[in-house]
Amino acid sequence: MRKALLPSLIIIATFLLIMRIFYLQIVDDTLKLQSENNAIKKKFEYPERGYIYDRKGKLLVANQASYDIMVIPRELKNTDTLEFCQLLDLSKEEFIKRIKKAKIYSPRLPSVFLSQLNKSEFAAFQEKIRKYEGFYVQKRSLRDYEVAFGANVFGGITQVNEKLVQKNPYYNSGDLIGRQGVEESYEDILRGVKGVKYIQKDKYNREIGAYKEGKYDTIAVQGEDINLTIDAELQKYGEELMINKRGGIVAIEPATGEILALVTAPSYDPGILVGRQRSKNYTQLYHDSIAKPLYDRGLLAEYPPGSPFKILTGLVALQEGMIDENLTVSCNHGFSYARGRFMRCHCSGGSLQLHRAIYESCNSYFATAYMKTINKYTKPAQAVDIWSNHIKSFGLGQYMGYDLPTGKRGNIPDSKTYKRIYPNGGWRSTTIISNSIGQGEVLMTPIQLANMMATVANEGHYYTPHIIKKIQGREIDEKFTTKHVTTIDKKHFKPMISGLFDVYNLGTARALKVEGIDICGKTGTAENFAKIGGKRIQLKDHSIFVAFAPKDNPKIAIAIMVENGGFGSTIAGPIASLMIEKYLRQKVTRLDLETRILATSLQGEYAKLGGLSEKIKLQLKIADSLLNKRAIPAVRIKTDTSKVKKQVI
Amino acid sequence: MKNQSITNNIDWISIIIYALLVILGWLNIYSSSMSSMQDTYEKQLIFIILTIPLILIIVSVDGKFYEKYASIIFGVSLLTLAGLFLFGKTIAGQRCWYAIGSFTIQPSEFAKAATSLALAKYLSDPQINLKEVNRQVQALAIIFLPVLLILPQPDPGSALIYSIFIIVLYREGLPAWYVWTGFITIVLFVLTLLLEPEYVILIGLAVIIIVHFKSRLADRNIILSSILFALISGFVLSVDYVFDNLFKQHHRDRFNILLGKAVDLKGIGYNTNQSEIAIGSGGWFGKGFLEGTQTKGGFVPEQHTDYIFTTVGEEWGFLGSLVVIALFACLLLRIIYLAERQKTKFSRVYGYCVAGILFTHFFVNIAMVAGIFPTIGVPLPFFSYGGSGLWGFTILLFIFIKMDANKVNEW
Repeated sequence: MRKALLPSLIIIATFLLIMRIFYLQIVDDTLKLQSENNAIKKKFEYPERGYIYDRKGKLLVANQASYDIMVIPRELKNTDTLEFCQLLDLSKEEFIKRIKKAKIYSPRLPSVFLSQLNKSEFAAFQEKIRKYEGFYVQKRSLRDYEVAFGANVFGGITQVNEKLVQKNPYYNSGDLIGRQGVEESYEDILRGVKGVKYIQKDKYNREIGAYKEGKYDTIAVQGEDINLTIDAELQKYGEELMINKRGGIVAIEPATGEILALVTAPSYDPGILVGRQRSKNYTQLYHDSIAKPLYDRGLLAEYPPGSPFKILTGLVALQEGMIDENLTVSCNHGFSYARGRFMRCHCSGGSLQLHRAIYESCNSYFATAYMKTINKYTKPAQAVDIWSNHIKSFGLGQYMGYDLPTGKRGNIPDSKTYKRIYPNGGWRSTTIISNSIGQGEVLMTPIQLANMMATVANEGHYYTPHIIKKIQGREIDEKFTTKHVTTIDKKHFKPMISGLFDVYNLGTARALKVEGIDICGKTGTAENFAKIGGKRIQLKDHSIFVAFAPKDNPKIAIAIMVENGGFGSTIAGPIASLMIEKYLRQKVTRLDLETRILATSLQGEYAKLGGLSEKIKLQLKIADSLLNKRAIPAVRIKTDTSKVKKQVI
Repeated sequence: MKNQSITNNIDWISIIIYALLVILGWLNIYSSSMSSMQDTYEKQLIFIILTIPLILIIVSVDGKFYEKYASIIFGVSLLTLAGLFLFGKTIAGQRCWYAIGSFTIQPSEFAKAATSLALAKYLSDPQINLKEVNRQVQALAIIFLPVLLILPQPDPGSALIYSIFIIVLYREGLPAWYVWTGFITIVLFVLTLLLEPEYVILIGLAVIIIVHFKSRLADRNIILSSILFALISGFVLSVDYVFDNLFKQHHRDRFNILLGKAVDLKGIGYNTNQSEIAIGSGGWFGKGFLEGTQTKGGFVPEQHTDYIFTTVGEEWGFLGSLVVIALFACLLLRIIYLAERQKTKFSRVYGYCVAGILFTHFFVNIAMVAGIFPTIGVPLPFFSYGGSGLWGFTILLFIFIKMDANKVNEW
C-alpha cells in the first residue's frame, strides 16, 4: 500500500494531464480560432464591383475611386500644418481634433484621418503627400451612378452589420455589402471575391512579414458585370411621370417575364447616397415615415386591386362553365344580391353580355358570375378553394420568386381565411361577394397586377418576373425560363382580351387611345381610409390601371398604381398609355397629355396624411431635383478610359 | 576497469529518456527564442554541453561519497540559501539569484538534491522509526529548514515542491493520517473558495455523521468526531478569512480565475489564457517545428522558461504533447522501480525523493500551463530554459543513477 501511493499518483496525474491537453487541443476548437485572430492578420484586397447595364447595354452604375487619408500618429514628423490644412480645406482646430482622435485610438496603428475624398479633392494633396510623414492614402472603390433614377432598382452599398459578420464568414467588420435592389440580390456576383494576404504579427500587433511566405494568400477576383432587364429610357420616363405622386409602376415583357421598368414614387437620386454626404442623406430618407422614399411600392404595396380583378373573376367563371359569351345579365345601376344588400354600379346599365361588361366594368355582371361560381358547389368552402386555386395559378397570393430582395404575398382568400373570420360558419357566396370586384379580402401588389396582365397577354401562361438579363456571358437562373401555365384554358382568354381591347375603344379609357397601337387595358379604383387625428376618414381613391400592348404579339404588360389619384382613367390610365407609347415607339406624340401628367401634383392630397413637415419638404426637393435633371442626358459622357474599355466588353 | 563496470551497470533507459527530454527541450527553446530575438538557445546549448563534464564528475566520484557527506552538503546548501538575504540579486521581485559576471545562479535549484540527500541520510539510520513523534518532528524539520529560507525570497513555487517529501516519509513509515490531513486540507481549501463556507461546513458535518454511524459501535467516539468537526469548521472559516483579508489581491485573482469565478483575459488571466490558446491551437499534429504562430508572435509570456510546454503543444500538437508527457511518466516510474530494488535504505529514500521532486515539477508545471493549477513559478525539468535548473535536476538525477550503478557493484 505504502509503496503504491507515489506510482499511483504519477499514473493518475499523467492521465489527468493527457485528458486536459486532449480537451484543449482536440475538443475545444474555440481556441484555434482565437489563435488565428491573435497572431495572423489578414489583409484584404477588395476587387472592383461589377458594373450594371440596362437591357440595351447602356451603362447605369459604375465605380469611382475614393480616397481615405490615413494617419499613424507615432510616425508624424514636422508637418507643415498650415499648408496641409490649406490643401485639404481644413481648419487648424479641425486638424488638431482629428489627430487627437487618432492618437486616442492608437498611436501605433493607422486610422482614418479624412474619408472619402473624390478625385479632384485628392489631386492637389497627392503631389505633396511625400512631404507629410505619417500620412498615407488608402484607395477605395465606391459606386458611381451614371443616371439619376432607379434608386429602388439598384439598391445601394453599405457597411455590413455585425450580425451578418457573425453569420457569414466571408464578411469582416467594415466590409461593404449590397443592400436592397439588385446590389443585394446579386451581391455574390457583383462583389467578386476579395483577396487575402496573411501577415504574421507579434504581440505588439506589429507586422513581421508574410505568413508562410504567402503560401495561403489569394488574389482578388473581379466582380462580374450584369445586364438588367430594365429599359433605362422607360424607367427614367416612368419616374418622371410619377414626380409629385406616390405609387408604383411595374412593366413586364410578357414573352419572357423580364421587368422593363420598376418605378416607385417618391424616389431619389441614387447618387446622393455616395460619398461624404451619404449618412446625412440616408438618415433623412430613412426617417421619412410618411412618404417612405425607401419603400418600394412596386413590390411592397398591397392594395385591393379593384376592377382589374374582374378579369380573373370572369376567367374563372368561364373555366367553371358558369358563364359564356352569350349569357346576359341585366344591370339597373346596381345589383341587389341579397335582401337589403345592394352593390352599386357605374356602367350604362341595361342588359349586357361579357364583352360590354368588361369594357364598361359592370359590377352587377361580375358579381353574378362570382355568385354562380361559388354556388356551383353545395359547400361554399369547397367552391372558394377551387376558385382560390384558379386565381393562385396566376402567381397571386404568394411570393412570386422574383430576383429582388423585397416582396409581399398579397392575399387571395380561401376557405381557411373565412373559417378564421367566421369561426361559427354561416358564410355564403353573398357574404364574400366583394371579392368579385377586387375588394373584400383580395390584396395584390403592383408587380402581381403586372404579372396578371402579362399572363392574360400570353393567354394563360407566364414566366416568373425577373430583373436579371445577363451575367457576363452566363445563363440566368433556370427558374426564370420555366413556363408557368394557369388552370384556365387558352380559349377563354380570347373573349376577355377583346373586351379589354374595347376598354380603349368604347370603355373607360376611350380618351387615352394611342393612334396605331392596339392597347388592351382596364381601369381600377381602390377606396382607402386613413386615421387622421384619431378619426377614420376616407381619402381620395387610389388610381389603378393595368394594360398590355400591342393586342397581337404583346411586347409590354404594365400595372400602375397612384395613391389617392382618383379614378383609374385620370392619372394611372394616361401614365400607362404614355409609357406604352414610349416603349414601343421610343417617343411620345401626345405632348399635351405628357405635360398635364408631369404637372399634376398630389402633394396637397398627401399633406392631409401628415403635417407638411421637413420630411415632405425634402421629398419635394428631391422631386424638383429630378425634374431639373430631365434636361440632362441620362448617360453622362465620361473620359475615364478604364470605363470605356469595360463598356466595349 | 572501473569505468567499464560503470557503463555496464548504469541504467541506460533513464539516461536515454533524460537525453531525449534535454534535446526536445532545447529544440523548443530554440523555436520560442525566434520571436524574442534573444540568444537564449545559444546559452542553453552551452548549459547543456556543460552538463557532460558535470555528469562525468558525479558518476566518477566514489559511491560512498554522497552518503558520507550528505550532512555537509545539506549544510552548505542551507548556507547558500541564507546568503541570498545578504548577497542575493533581485530579479522580477524575487531575491533568489547570485550574480557572477553576466551569469546568475539560483541556489534553490540545488537545495532540492541536498535536502534529498539529508533526508535519505537521516532515514537510513536503522534506529529511526517514523512512528515515533519526535522522529517525525526531526524528519519534518529537515524538510522545513530549506522551505523557511526559500519562502521569504519569495519563491512559493520552489517551496511548494518540498510538500512531496511527505509522500516519501509515508513510504518510509509516516502514519497515514499525515497524508489524509494533507489531502483533506487541499479539498477543503478548494471547496471553500468555490462555495460559501457555510455550505462546506455543512458538507463536512454530513460526512462526519455518516462516517460516525457507519463505523463499528466500539469505534464510535463522539468526542473525536466533535473535535474533527470543530477543526474542519475552524479551518474553513480561517481559509475564508485568510483568503479575503490576508491574501494579496493578485493571489486571490489567480485562484479566482483558475476556479472560473472571474474572467480577465487581458490582466492577470492573460498568461493562462494565452498559454491555453497556444496549446489549443496545436490540434492533433501541431503546426510544425518553428511554425507556431503564437510562439512566433511571442504572445505567451515567459515561454522559454515556465511556459515552454506551450511550444510543444502548439508546434507538435497532441501527439507531441503525448510523447513528452509519456517520457516523463516513464522516467518517473523507472526511477521508482529502480528505487524499490535498491539494497540500501539510503539510496532507496534518495530515489524516492528524486522521483517525488521530478513528479511535482512535471505535474505542477504542465497543469499550470494547461490552466488547471494556479499560476506559480515552477520550471519543467530538463525542458525549461535556465542553467541552474538544468544542472540542479541533472545532479539530482545522476547522483541516483550513480547509486543505482554502484549497488550492482557492491553485490
